Amino acid sequence: MRIEKHPILTFETKKKINFTFDGQSFIGYEGDTIQSALHACGIKKLSESIEHHRPRGFYCAIGNCASCDMTVNNQPNVRTCITLLEEGMVVLSQKGKGVL
Amino acid sequence: MMTNKELIIIGGGPAGLTAAKMAAEAGCQVLIIERSPALGGQLIKQTHKFFGSELTYAKTRGFDIAKLLIDDVMKFKDKIEIMCDATVVGLYPNHEITVYQKGVYSKFKATAIITATGASEKFLAFENNDLPGIYGAGAVQTLMNLYGVLPGQSIVMVGSGNIGLIVSYQLMQAGVKVKALLEAAPKIGGYLVHASKLRRLGVPIYTSTTIKKAIGKDFVEQIETVELNEKWEMVSGTEKLIDVDAVCISVGLSPLHQLLSMAAVEMKFVNELGGMVPLINENHETSYPNLFVAGDVIGIEEASSAMIEGYLVGLIAANRIGYHHPHYETLLQSYHDQLSNLRSGPFGAKTRIGLAKLRGETHAR
Repeated sequence: MRIEKHPILTFETKKKINFTFDGQSFIGYEGDTIQSALHACGIKKLSESIEHHRPRGFYCAIGNCASCDMTVNNQPNVRTCITLLEEGMVVLSQKGKGVL
Repeated sequence: MMTNKELIIIGGGPAGLTAAKMAAEAGCQVLIIERSPALGGQLIKQTHKFFGSELTYAKTRGFDIAKLLIDDVMKFKDKIEIMCDATVVGLYPNHEITVYQKGVYSKFKATAIITATGASEKFLAFENNDLPGIYGAGAVQTLMNLYGVLPGQSIVMVGSGNIGLIVSYQLMQAGVKVKALLEAAPKIGGYLVHASKLRRLGVPIYTSTTIKKAIGKDFVEQIETVELNEKWEMVSGTEKLIDVDAVCISVGLSPLHQLLSMAAVEMKFVNELGGMVPLINENHETSYPNLFVAGDVIGIEEASSAMIEGYLVGLIAANRIGYHHPHYETLLQSYHDQLSNLRSGPFGAKTRIGLAKLRGETHAR
Protein backbone atom coordinates (compact mmCIF):
# COMPACT_ATOMS: atom_id res chain seq x y z
CA MET A 1 0.00 0.00 0.00
CA ARG A 2 2.69 2.46 -0.95
CA ILE A 3 2.00 5.43 -3.22
CA GLU A 4 3.52 4.83 -6.63
CA LYS A 5 2.37 7.85 -8.58
CA HIS A 6 1.66 11.27 -7.17
CA PRO A 7 1.04 14.60 -8.95
CA ILE A 8 3.12 16.64 -6.47
CA LEU A 9 5.36 14.34 -4.48
CA THR A 10 8.05 11.93 -5.57
CA PHE A 11 8.99 8.98 -3.43
CA GLU A 12 12.38 7.57 -4.36
CA THR A 13 13.07 3.93 -3.70
CA LYS A 14 15.26 3.81 -0.64
CA LYS A 15 17.39 1.24 1.13
CA LYS A 16 15.49 -1.79 2.44
CA ILE A 17 15.34 -2.38 6.18
CA ASN A 18 14.58 -5.85 7.61
CA PHE A 19 12.62 -6.16 10.83
CA THR A 20 10.29 -8.59 12.56
CA PHE A 21 6.79 -8.08 13.90
CA ASP A 22 5.47 -10.73 16.30
CA GLY A 23 8.09 -13.16 14.96
CA GLN A 24 7.33 -12.66 11.27
CA SER A 25 9.85 -11.02 8.91
CA PHE A 26 8.95 -7.78 7.17
CA ILE A 27 10.68 -5.22 4.99
CA GLY A 28 10.47 -1.46 5.38
CA TYR A 29 12.47 1.37 3.84
CA GLU A 30 14.93 3.92 5.09
CA GLY A 31 13.03 6.93 6.44
CA ASP A 32 10.05 4.84 7.54
CA THR A 33 8.80 4.96 11.08
CA ILE A 34 7.99 1.56 12.59
CA GLN A 35 4.32 2.40 12.18
CA SER A 36 4.51 3.54 8.54
CA ALA A 37 6.46 0.39 7.64
CA LEU A 38 3.89 -1.84 9.32
CA HIS A 39 1.00 -0.01 7.70
CA ALA A 40 2.61 -0.37 4.28
CA CYS A 41 2.74 -4.13 4.95
CA GLY A 42 -0.98 -4.12 5.73
CA ILE A 43 -0.64 -4.33 9.53
CA LYS A 44 -3.25 -2.07 11.11
CA LYS A 45 -3.65 -3.71 14.51
CA LEU A 46 -0.53 -2.77 16.44
CA SER A 47 -1.36 -3.72 20.03
CA GLU A 48 -4.24 -4.32 22.42
CA SER A 49 -5.85 -2.00 24.94
CA ILE A 50 -4.72 -2.67 28.50
CA GLU A 51 -8.05 -3.50 30.19
CA HIS A 52 -10.44 -4.74 27.53
CA HIS A 53 -7.92 -6.10 25.02
CA ARG A 54 -9.46 -4.21 22.15
CA PRO A 55 -7.38 -3.81 18.98
CA ARG A 56 -5.26 -0.66 18.83
CA GLY A 57 -3.98 1.14 15.72
CA PHE A 58 -2.29 4.51 15.37
CA TYR A 59 -4.37 7.69 15.57
CA CYS A 60 -2.33 10.92 15.65
CA ALA A 61 1.00 9.93 14.01
CA ILE A 62 2.81 12.75 15.84
CA GLY A 63 3.76 10.97 19.06
CA ASN A 64 0.96 12.41 21.10
CA CYS A 65 -1.90 9.97 21.63
CA ALA A 66 -0.07 6.77 22.69
CA SER A 67 -2.40 4.60 20.60
CA CYS A 68 0.56 3.17 18.62
CA ASP A 69 2.64 2.12 21.64
CA MET A 70 4.42 -1.22 21.04
CA THR A 71 7.30 -3.21 22.47
CA VAL A 72 10.45 -2.60 20.44
CA ASN A 73 13.74 -4.40 21.14
CA ASN A 74 12.35 -5.43 24.56
CA GLN A 75 11.39 -1.88 25.48
CA PRO A 76 7.65 -1.39 26.07
CA ASN A 77 5.58 1.73 25.32
CA VAL A 78 7.63 2.87 22.33
CA ARG A 79 5.76 5.48 20.27
CA THR A 80 6.09 3.68 16.95
CA CYS A 81 4.70 6.58 14.90
CA ILE A 82 7.73 8.78 15.61
CA THR A 83 10.39 6.09 16.05
CA LEU A 84 12.41 5.49 12.91
CA LEU A 85 12.73 1.91 11.72
CA GLU A 86 16.19 0.38 12.15
CA GLU A 87 17.75 -2.76 10.70
CA GLY A 88 16.95 -5.88 12.72
CA MET A 89 14.37 -4.30 15.00
CA VAL A 90 12.25 -6.77 16.95
CA VAL A 91 8.75 -5.33 17.16
CA LEU A 92 6.02 -6.93 19.28
CA SER A 93 2.40 -6.00 19.75
CA GLN A 94 2.07 -4.99 23.36
CA LYS A 95 -0.27 -6.71 25.76
CA GLY A 96 -0.64 -4.98 29.10
CA LYS A 97 1.30 -2.04 30.45
CA GLY A 98 4.77 -3.47 29.90
CA VAL A 99 7.57 -3.85 32.44
CA LEU A 100 10.85 -1.96 32.36
CA MET B 1 23.58 17.38 35.71
CA MET B 2 22.05 20.68 34.70
CA THR B 3 23.04 22.43 31.46
CA ASN B 4 22.44 26.19 31.24
CA LYS B 5 21.05 27.81 28.09
CA GLU B 6 19.97 31.33 27.17
CA LEU B 7 16.77 30.56 25.27
CA ILE B 8 15.08 27.19 24.93
CA ILE B 9 12.35 26.73 22.35
CA ILE B 10 10.06 23.74 22.80
CA GLY B 11 8.86 22.67 19.37
CA GLY B 12 10.50 22.95 15.94
CA GLY B 13 7.43 23.78 13.86
CA PRO B 14 6.63 27.06 12.09
CA ALA B 15 6.41 29.07 15.36
CA GLY B 16 9.49 27.53 16.95
CA LEU B 17 11.65 27.88 13.85
CA THR B 18 10.80 31.52 13.20
CA ALA B 19 11.26 32.34 16.89
CA ALA B 20 14.71 30.72 16.81
CA LYS B 21 15.74 32.58 13.68
CA MET B 22 14.69 35.96 15.05
CA ALA B 23 16.28 35.43 18.47
CA ALA B 24 19.54 34.26 16.86
CA GLU B 25 19.48 37.26 14.52
CA ALA B 26 19.34 39.46 17.61
CA GLY B 27 22.41 37.64 18.95
CA CYS B 28 20.86 35.12 21.33
CA GLN B 29 22.02 31.52 21.83
CA VAL B 30 19.10 29.18 21.19
CA LEU B 31 18.31 25.51 21.79
CA ILE B 32 15.38 24.03 19.84
CA ILE B 33 13.93 20.79 21.18
CA GLU B 34 11.77 18.80 18.77
CA ARG B 35 9.85 15.60 19.47
CA SER B 36 9.88 14.28 15.89
CA PRO B 37 12.90 12.95 14.03
CA ALA B 38 12.93 16.10 11.85
CA LEU B 39 12.22 19.84 12.13
CA GLY B 40 9.32 21.54 10.36
CA GLY B 41 6.32 20.54 12.47
CA GLN B 42 3.16 19.83 10.53
CA LEU B 43 4.33 21.86 7.53
CA ILE B 44 6.43 18.94 6.28
CA LYS B 45 3.35 16.96 5.29
CA GLN B 46 1.33 19.78 3.79
CA THR B 47 1.33 19.58 0.01
CA HIS B 48 -1.15 22.39 -0.62
CA LYS B 49 -0.25 25.96 -1.47
CA PHE B 50 -0.77 28.47 1.30
CA PHE B 51 -3.00 31.52 1.31
CA GLY B 52 -2.01 34.71 3.11
CA SER B 53 0.69 37.24 2.39
CA GLU B 54 4.07 37.10 0.64
CA LEU B 55 5.73 37.45 4.04
CA THR B 56 4.25 34.16 5.16
CA TYR B 57 5.04 32.45 1.85
CA ALA B 58 1.61 32.54 0.21
CA LYS B 59 1.34 30.39 -2.94
CA THR B 60 4.14 28.15 -1.62
CA ARG B 61 3.46 24.54 -0.65
CA GLY B 62 3.68 23.69 3.06
CA PHE B 63 6.65 21.32 2.77
CA ASP B 64 8.55 23.94 0.77
CA ILE B 65 7.84 26.54 3.47
CA ALA B 66 9.28 24.08 6.02
CA LYS B 67 12.49 23.86 3.95
CA LEU B 68 12.76 27.67 3.78
CA LEU B 69 12.28 28.02 7.54
CA ILE B 70 14.80 25.25 8.28
CA ASP B 71 17.31 26.90 5.91
CA ASP B 72 16.84 30.18 7.81
CA VAL B 73 17.69 28.43 11.06
CA MET B 74 20.69 26.61 9.56
CA LYS B 75 22.22 29.99 8.65
CA PHE B 76 22.78 30.51 12.39
CA LYS B 77 24.72 27.32 13.09
CA ASP B 78 26.90 29.09 15.66
CA LYS B 79 23.86 30.38 17.53
CA ILE B 80 21.18 27.69 17.18
CA GLU B 81 21.53 24.20 18.59
CA ILE B 82 18.98 21.54 17.62
CA MET B 83 17.84 18.41 19.43
CA CYS B 84 15.48 16.21 17.41
CA ASP B 85 13.82 12.97 18.50
CA ALA B 86 13.75 14.65 21.91
CA THR B 87 10.63 15.09 24.03
CA VAL B 88 10.31 17.66 26.79
CA VAL B 89 8.69 15.63 29.56
CA GLY B 90 8.88 18.19 32.34
CA LEU B 91 8.58 21.98 32.55
CA TYR B 92 9.22 23.33 36.04
CA PRO B 93 9.46 26.66 37.87
CA ASN B 94 12.81 28.44 37.53
CA HIS B 95 12.76 27.64 33.79
CA GLU B 96 14.02 24.12 34.19
CA ILE B 97 13.07 21.33 31.82
CA THR B 98 13.61 17.59 31.57
CA VAL B 99 14.23 16.13 28.12
CA TYR B 100 13.93 12.49 27.09
CA GLN B 101 16.03 11.55 24.07
CA LYS B 102 16.73 7.98 22.97
CA GLY B 103 16.58 6.42 26.42
CA VAL B 104 18.40 9.25 28.19
CA TYR B 105 16.94 11.94 30.46
CA SER B 106 18.73 15.28 30.73
CA LYS B 107 18.01 18.56 32.49
CA PHE B 108 18.35 22.11 31.20
CA LYS B 109 17.88 25.52 32.74
CA ALA B 110 17.18 28.56 30.57
CA THR B 111 16.96 32.31 31.05
CA ALA B 112 13.78 32.26 28.94
CA ILE B 113 11.62 29.57 27.38
CA ILE B 114 9.31 29.75 24.40
CA THR B 115 6.67 27.01 24.31
CA ALA B 116 5.68 26.37 20.71
CA THR B 117 4.22 22.90 21.08
CA GLY B 118 1.42 23.37 18.56
CA ALA B 119 -1.77 21.36 18.69
CA SER B 120 -3.17 17.86 18.48
CA GLU B 121 -6.27 16.52 16.83
CA LYS B 122 -9.57 16.29 18.59
CA PHE B 123 -11.40 13.01 18.75
CA LEU B 124 -15.05 12.19 18.19
CA ALA B 125 -17.30 10.00 20.34
CA PHE B 126 -19.09 7.17 18.51
CA GLU B 127 -19.43 3.41 18.90
CA ASN B 128 -16.21 1.51 18.16
CA ASN B 129 -14.29 4.74 17.57
CA ASP B 130 -11.13 3.01 18.79
CA LEU B 131 -10.92 0.49 15.92
CA PRO B 132 -7.70 0.54 13.91
CA GLY B 133 -8.31 2.24 10.58
CA ILE B 134 -9.87 5.29 12.21
CA TYR B 135 -7.27 8.03 11.95
CA GLY B 136 -6.89 11.73 12.54
CA ALA B 137 -6.73 13.82 9.37
CA GLY B 138 -3.24 15.01 10.23
CA ALA B 139 -2.13 11.42 10.76
CA VAL B 140 -3.40 10.50 7.32
CA GLN B 141 -1.45 13.43 5.85
CA THR B 142 1.69 12.27 7.64
CA LEU B 143 1.32 8.71 6.46
CA MET B 144 0.66 9.66 2.82
CA ASN B 145 2.69 12.77 2.23
CA LEU B 146 5.68 12.08 4.42
CA TYR B 147 6.07 8.31 4.23
CA GLY B 148 4.28 7.62 0.95
CA VAL B 149 1.98 5.02 2.51
CA LEU B 150 -1.75 4.85 1.77
CA PRO B 151 -4.08 4.84 4.77
CA GLY B 152 -6.53 2.61 2.87
CA GLN B 153 -8.28 2.16 -0.46
CA SER B 154 -11.65 3.69 0.31
CA ILE B 155 -12.26 6.21 3.02
CA VAL B 156 -14.91 8.44 4.57
CA MET B 157 -13.92 11.88 5.88
CA VAL B 158 -15.71 13.17 8.96
CA GLY B 159 -15.64 16.99 9.18
CA SER B 160 -15.70 19.64 6.49
CA GLY B 161 -13.38 22.29 7.90
CA ASN B 162 -10.44 23.31 5.74
CA ILE B 163 -8.34 20.38 6.94
CA GLY B 164 -11.11 17.88 6.13
CA LEU B 165 -11.56 19.38 2.67
CA ILE B 166 -7.86 19.67 1.84
CA VAL B 167 -6.97 16.21 3.12
CA SER B 168 -9.87 14.69 1.14
CA TYR B 169 -8.38 16.22 -1.99
CA GLN B 170 -4.90 14.98 -1.05
CA LEU B 171 -6.30 11.47 -0.53
CA MET B 172 -7.64 11.55 -4.07
CA GLN B 173 -4.30 12.79 -5.38
CA ALA B 174 -2.70 9.76 -3.75
CA GLY B 175 -5.21 7.44 -5.40
CA VAL B 176 -7.60 6.78 -2.52
CA LYS B 177 -11.35 6.65 -3.14
CA VAL B 178 -13.09 9.22 -0.94
CA LYS B 179 -16.56 7.74 -0.63
CA ALA B 180 -18.16 10.60 1.25
CA LEU B 181 -17.52 13.63 3.39
CA LEU B 182 -19.75 13.99 6.45
CA GLU B 183 -20.52 17.29 8.18
CA ALA B 184 -22.66 17.37 11.32
CA ALA B 185 -23.48 21.07 10.89
CA PRO B 186 -26.04 22.18 8.29
CA LYS B 187 -23.33 23.80 6.17
CA ILE B 188 -19.74 23.24 5.08
CA GLY B 189 -17.16 24.55 7.56
CA GLY B 190 -14.19 25.42 5.34
CA TYR B 191 -13.61 27.57 2.27
CA LEU B 192 -16.07 26.85 -0.52
CA VAL B 193 -13.24 26.91 -3.07
CA HIS B 194 -11.91 23.68 -1.51
CA ALA B 195 -15.38 22.11 -1.28
CA SER B 196 -16.19 22.86 -4.93
CA LYS B 197 -13.01 21.13 -6.00
CA LEU B 198 -14.19 17.94 -4.28
CA ARG B 199 -17.70 18.22 -5.68
CA ARG B 200 -16.34 18.56 -9.21
CA LEU B 201 -14.45 15.31 -8.63
CA GLY B 202 -17.68 13.60 -7.60
CA VAL B 203 -17.23 13.35 -3.82
CA PRO B 204 -20.62 13.53 -2.13
CA ILE B 205 -20.72 15.98 0.79
CA TYR B 206 -23.46 15.14 3.29
CA THR B 207 -24.29 18.02 5.66
CA SER B 208 -26.36 17.49 8.85
CA THR B 209 -24.93 13.97 8.85
CA THR B 210 -22.49 12.24 11.18
CA ILE B 211 -20.92 8.87 11.88
CA LYS B 212 -22.99 6.73 14.29
CA LYS B 213 -20.74 3.73 14.61
CA ALA B 214 -17.83 1.86 13.11
CA ILE B 215 -18.14 -1.83 12.32
CA GLY B 216 -15.31 -4.36 12.14
CA LYS B 217 -13.37 -6.89 14.22
CA ASP B 218 -9.66 -6.05 14.13
CA PHE B 219 -10.05 -2.93 11.99
CA VAL B 220 -12.83 -0.82 10.50
CA GLU B 221 -14.68 -2.42 7.57
CA GLN B 222 -17.91 -0.45 7.47
CA ILE B 223 -19.47 2.63 9.03
CA GLU B 224 -23.03 3.61 9.80
CA THR B 225 -23.97 7.23 9.15
CA VAL B 226 -27.01 9.05 10.49
CA GLU B 227 -28.69 12.35 9.71
CA LEU B 228 -29.08 15.03 12.39
CA ASN B 229 -32.04 17.36 12.89
CA GLU B 230 -31.81 21.08 13.72
CA LYS B 231 -31.33 20.18 17.42
CA TRP B 232 -28.36 17.97 16.48
CA GLU B 233 -30.35 14.84 17.42
CA MET B 234 -29.97 11.64 15.41
CA VAL B 235 -32.96 11.01 13.17
CA SER B 236 -33.80 7.32 13.40
CA GLY B 237 -34.47 5.59 10.11
CA THR B 238 -31.86 7.68 8.26
CA GLU B 239 -28.99 5.29 8.98
CA LYS B 240 -26.89 4.22 6.00
CA LEU B 241 -24.00 1.76 5.73
CA ILE B 242 -20.82 2.58 3.81
CA ASP B 243 -18.02 0.05 3.16
CA VAL B 244 -14.63 1.55 4.00
CA ASP B 245 -11.18 0.41 5.06
CA ALA B 246 -10.33 3.70 6.74
CA VAL B 247 -12.10 6.64 8.37
CA CYS B 248 -10.54 10.04 8.69
CA ILE B 249 -11.58 12.24 11.62
CA SER B 250 -11.19 15.95 11.07
CA VAL B 251 -13.13 17.69 13.81
CA GLY B 252 -10.66 20.32 14.87
CA LEU B 253 -7.56 20.71 16.96
CA SER B 254 -6.72 21.42 20.59
CA PRO B 255 -3.68 23.35 21.83
CA LEU B 256 -0.96 21.10 23.30
CA HIS B 257 -1.10 22.85 26.67
CA GLN B 258 0.08 20.00 28.91
CA LEU B 259 3.58 21.31 29.61
CA LEU B 260 2.21 24.74 30.46
CA SER B 261 -0.38 23.19 32.74
CA MET B 262 2.42 21.22 34.39
CA ALA B 263 4.36 24.44 35.00
CA ALA B 264 1.21 25.75 36.73
CA VAL B 265 0.94 28.92 34.66
CA GLU B 266 -2.54 30.45 34.71
CA MET B 267 -4.73 28.69 32.16
CA LYS B 268 -8.23 29.17 30.85
CA PHE B 269 -10.61 27.12 28.73
CA VAL B 270 -11.50 29.20 25.66
CA ASN B 271 -13.69 27.31 23.22
CA GLU B 272 -12.92 29.71 20.35
CA LEU B 273 -9.20 28.97 20.69
CA GLY B 274 -9.64 25.19 20.79
CA GLY B 275 -9.43 24.34 24.49
CA MET B 276 -7.07 25.02 27.41
CA VAL B 277 -4.80 27.98 26.71
CA PRO B 278 -2.41 30.01 28.87
CA LEU B 279 -3.28 33.57 29.84
CA ILE B 280 -0.88 35.91 28.05
CA ASN B 281 -0.05 39.58 27.91
CA GLU B 282 0.75 41.63 24.76
CA ASN B 283 4.30 40.18 24.82
CA HIS B 284 2.93 36.63 24.52
CA GLU B 285 4.26 36.03 28.00
CA THR B 286 2.44 33.68 30.39
CA SER B 287 1.73 34.40 34.06
CA TYR B 288 5.20 33.01 34.70
CA PRO B 289 7.81 35.66 33.77
CA ASN B 290 10.14 34.76 30.88
CA LEU B 291 7.95 31.82 29.85
CA PHE B 292 6.61 32.79 26.44
CA VAL B 293 4.26 31.09 23.99
CA ALA B 294 3.83 31.16 20.20
CA GLY B 295 1.74 29.35 17.60
CA ASP B 296 -1.23 27.02 17.98
CA VAL B 297 -0.53 26.40 21.68
CA ILE B 298 -2.29 29.71 22.38
CA GLY B 299 -5.17 29.09 19.97
CA ILE B 300 -5.80 27.19 16.78
CA GLU B 301 -5.01 29.24 13.70
CA GLU B 302 -3.04 28.68 10.51
CA ALA B 303 0.69 28.21 10.04
CA SER B 304 0.86 31.78 8.68
CA SER B 305 -0.02 33.28 12.07
CA ALA B 306 2.22 30.77 13.86
CA MET B 307 5.18 32.03 11.80
CA ILE B 308 4.49 35.67 12.59
CA GLU B 309 3.93 34.91 16.27
CA GLY B 310 7.25 33.06 16.24
CA TYR B 311 9.13 36.06 14.83
CA LEU B 312 7.40 38.35 17.32
CA VAL B 313 8.08 36.22 20.37
CA GLY B 314 11.66 35.42 19.30
CA LEU B 315 12.29 39.14 19.12
CA ILE B 316 10.75 39.82 22.53
CA ALA B 317 12.40 36.88 24.32
CA ALA B 318 15.86 37.79 22.96
CA ASN B 319 15.32 41.36 24.09
CA ARG B 320 14.40 40.19 27.57
CA ILE B 321 17.59 38.12 27.76
CA GLY B 322 19.58 41.21 26.77
CA TYR B 323 19.88 41.03 22.97
CA HIS B 324 18.27 44.07 21.43
CA HIS B 325 17.62 43.53 17.72
CA PRO B 326 18.79 46.56 15.68
CA HIS B 327 15.30 46.89 14.13
CA TYR B 328 13.39 45.91 17.28
CA GLU B 329 10.75 48.66 17.28
CA THR B 330 10.01 48.50 13.55
CA LEU B 331 9.79 44.72 13.49
CA LEU B 332 7.65 44.57 16.63
CA GLN B 333 5.11 46.97 15.13
CA SER B 334 5.17 45.17 11.80
CA TYR B 335 4.46 41.73 13.34
CA HIS B 336 1.64 43.11 15.46
CA ASP B 337 0.14 44.70 12.33
CA GLN B 338 0.50 41.51 10.31
CA LEU B 339 -1.24 39.49 12.99
CA SER B 340 -4.19 41.88 13.18
CA ASN B 341 -4.35 41.85 9.41
CA LEU B 342 -4.47 38.02 9.27
CA ARG B 343 -7.22 37.97 11.89
CA SER B 344 -9.27 40.76 10.32
CA GLY B 345 -11.53 38.80 7.94
CA PRO B 346 -14.68 36.81 8.72
CA PHE B 347 -12.62 33.63 9.19
CA GLY B 348 -10.57 35.42 11.87
CA ALA B 349 -13.62 36.25 13.98
CA LYS B 350 -13.28 33.16 16.17
CA THR B 351 -9.65 33.97 16.99
CA ARG B 352 -10.48 37.64 17.67
CA ILE B 353 -13.20 36.69 20.14
CA GLY B 354 -11.01 34.04 21.76
CA LEU B 355 -8.03 36.34 22.19
CA ALA B 356 -10.23 39.10 23.59
CA LYS B 357 -11.42 36.62 26.22
CA LEU B 358 -7.83 35.71 27.03
CA ARG B 359 -6.41 39.22 27.16
CA GLY B 360 -9.20 40.45 29.40
CA GLU B 361 -7.69 38.40 32.19
CA THR B 362 -3.95 38.78 31.85
CA HIS B 363 -1.92 40.48 34.51
CA ALA B 364 0.00 43.61 33.78
CA ARG B 365 3.67 43.11 34.42
